[in-house]
Parts: sequence; structure tokens; C-alpha cells
Amino acid sequence: MKKVMSSATEALAGRLKNGMTILSGGFGLCGIPETLILAIREAGVTGLTVISNNAGVDGVGLGILLETRQIRKMVSSYVGENKTFATQYLAGELELEFTPQGTLAERIRAGGAGIPAFFTRTGVGTIVADGKEIREFDGETYVMERGLRGDLAIVHAYQGDTEGNLIYRYTARNFNPMMATAADFTVVEVEHLVAAGELNPDAIHTPGIYVDRIVHVANPEKRIEQRTTRPRTAA
Amino acid sequence: MAWTRDQMAARAAKELQDGFYVNLGIGIPTLVANHIAPGISVQLQSENGMLGMGPFPFEGEEDADLINAGKQTITMLPTTSFFSSADSFAMIRGGHIDLSILGAMEVAANGDLANWMIPGKMVKGMGGAMDLVAGVKRVVVVMEHVAKDKTGAVQPKLIAKCSLPLTGQGVVGLVITDLGVFRPLRGESPVFEVLELADGVTLEEVRAATGTDIVVSPALAVDA
Repeated sequence: MKKVMSSATEALAGRLKNGMTILSGGFGLCGIPETLILAIREAGVTGLTVISNNAGVDGVGLGILLETRQIRKMVSSYVGENKTFATQYLAGELELEFTPQGTLAERIRAGGAGIPAFFTRTGVGTIVADGKEIREFDGETYVMERGLRGDLAIVHAYQGDTEGNLIYRYTARNFNPMMATAADFTVVEVEHLVAAGELNPDAIHTPGIYVDRIVHVANPEKRIEQRTTRPRTAA
Repeated sequence: MAWTRDQMAARAAKELQDGFYVNLGIGIPTLVANHIAPGISVQLQSENGMLGMGPFPFEGEEDADLINAGKQTITMLPTTSFFSSADSFAMIRGGHIDLSILGAMEVAANGDLANWMIPGKMVKGMGGAMDLVAGVKRVVVVMEHVAKDKTGAVQPKLIAKCSLPLTGQGVVGLVITDLGVFRPLRGESPVFEVLELADGVTLEEVRAATGTDIVVSPALAVDA
């Protein structure tokens, strides 16, 4: 069973269709599967539901698929950095489901772990809880949230091996590990691809069982949304 | 004189205790990190998956893979650990974080908080705010005492009942504004207790700028 593909297009071949649900890793522009997103643009599939914490910025990340109007609905916790998004949303062309960030992470984790629903305090007494089952446990009030799954997950990792074992780097991990577990088919882009056996088995973040295809993307362009620095103290 | 943003952040920093794990929101709460007292060791949590958040990097040392929840470049410390968003919010929702300091649009005397949505305006989303206020052990709000609308009219932000959609119900423990420090009493009648006044600010000014009743804390009454 060969998981390693020669290009993002090959890695997604036969797995894209109109109206599908795609899970995408990343927080802001950190740890987003940019190369796979570009390949989805080239494939031209439309009517997509995309589950991702954010929606990219104009011209970068998922912002690319908004510009081409391939996305019909977003499930996110925060979409503040994207003007294209605001324009399409206010025009009624784009559907949006807000989910609190922790609830989103847990819904996907649950979806990947075969857990159809769970109870949380997050959102109790807010519009997030509207229409959802409310239950008391030990005197506290909780709202029921559903596990979440998709047809396809697209993930960005730092290192991967030919078996699909993955290691993420710093805060680029974010939503990627959960996304990898919660779709019928998971495609990963890695910055460094090595032979099985070369990664420390104790350091693997995502075991290869969750990964169907893997593509090596050397030296991806990583963008910084808010470049903040401090002055060097004068010597 | 009302407190400046920096003075508000310095006052909020007094809520930190040695050994605390703390999540700081965007805006004035971020400034709290600059006022941590010597001898107080706290670890800052960033909800995108990091504990032990260091200062901004020197120019040229920015790393796109190392950002905080405001998407700003930051640095690591010897204490740093990284984890997934699910682990990050398990930490938050499981009550392991001691203190969350965040901004607000409205705080009600029953402890309700609104800080994510104005109906009719483009909504950016709640991000992690609902999880933080529902899960963290103590929530401290730092904000201006009043808001000014487009016409320049003053709107109180400390009020009897929130008019905006809630972020959390009965979650606020303490409010620090430019005028002083206040506690929502969460009682039958909607009252804020005045714990401290900013230098030179009078109770009359606070009363005029607050949308509901206030009572003076016994400690403050003795001082005055």
C-alpha cells in the first residue's frame, strides 16, 4: 500500500467531488495545507462545506477557495481576517456556522473517535445552545454538541514518513491532528519526508493509520499575519 | 485622573498569583504580561496550543510556526510545551487554567458577559472566548468603563442586564476599568460593588458612568 504521492494533484485524485465536506487544519495561516488548497482550486470542485477554525485571508489559504466561489459553507470559530468572506456572507452567497473554538476542536476529536455527541458547559445560556439538548450533571448545566466528520481531511505536518506517521512543529500543530482523524480520507502535505523508521516512534503526533496519502512539499511559503517584534537592547 | 490602558493592565496583573497558569485576551489584557511582579512566576497559555509563551521575537527571528492566538509572532521559554487545539481546550474546559483576563463589550451585575457579537454588524466569531469564560477558574474583565457610539454619545458597559448576545452566563468575577475595580454581586438586585477607585476618580463619576446601581465596598469606605 503506497501512501506517498508525487504531487498534491495526484494525492487528491479521485477524492474530490462537488458538494463534499472538507476538514482543513491550521490556525490563522499557521500550519495550513496551502499546497493542497491550491490543488483543490485547480480541480475546480464547487459547493464545498469546509470545516476549519478560520477562513484564511484574502488570497491566501482558504481565502483562495472563497475567491473562486468554490465554498458554499464554512464551519469556523473566527473569520475576522477575510474581506472576501465578509462580502460574500453579507450578500447571502456563503453560509456560516459559528462554533466555539474548543467545541469545534472537541467535535472533530469526537467525530474521529467514534463519539456521536458530548456535553459541555461552553455556550450554555448563549445563542450557541439554541435548539440543542440541555442537561444537568452534578448540579451544573451542560449543552449537547455533536461529533463532526468530513469526506476529506487536508493536513499540514512538518515531518512525515512513508508510513504516514506525522510530527508537527510548534504552534503549527493546532487543529491538524484532529482533522487527520475525522474524515473518510486524509491527505497530508509534509515539509520533510523520510523513510519509515527514521522518525522517533515515541515522538509521533499522528500515527500513520489516520493518513491515506502523503505528499512532500519542500520549502513551502509560510506567511505571517501579525509580524510583531521587540527592539534589541543597544549594546 | 482615570487610569490609562497601561495602568489598567498593571492593576489586572495584581490578580496573578505565583504558580498561576493564565490566558490573556487580545488588547489591554495582552499588556498585563508587561506588569508581572518580580518573584511571581506565571505560565501564559495561548489557546492555539502553547503553554509558556515568551515575549515577541527580535527582528529577523520571527518564525511563522510560532504564533499566539492573536496570530502575532512570539518566542519560546525553557518552560514551553506545545499541544493540539483539542488538548488546549481540554486544559481550558477542564478547569486547569487559573485565570482568564479578557476584554468585553458589556458586563452585567449578574456576572453575564457579552464580548463577541453586535447584531446587524458583520460578526467575526467567538473564537475561544465562550470556552474560556465557561471553563477557566476565574474570569477578570479589563475594559473601558463606557463605550462611545458613532454620534459620540456615551453608553455604559457595566449594566443591569446585557443587551448584546451573551458569551457566557454568570461568569465574570471582577471588572477592571479606567475608573476603578468592580465586582458583579450576582444577587437578586443588579448591583456592582466598588472595590477600588482610580486615582482622583469620585464615586459620583462612577455612578454617572454605570448603567445600574453601585455599592461601596466596606474596605473602600474605610479608606475614604
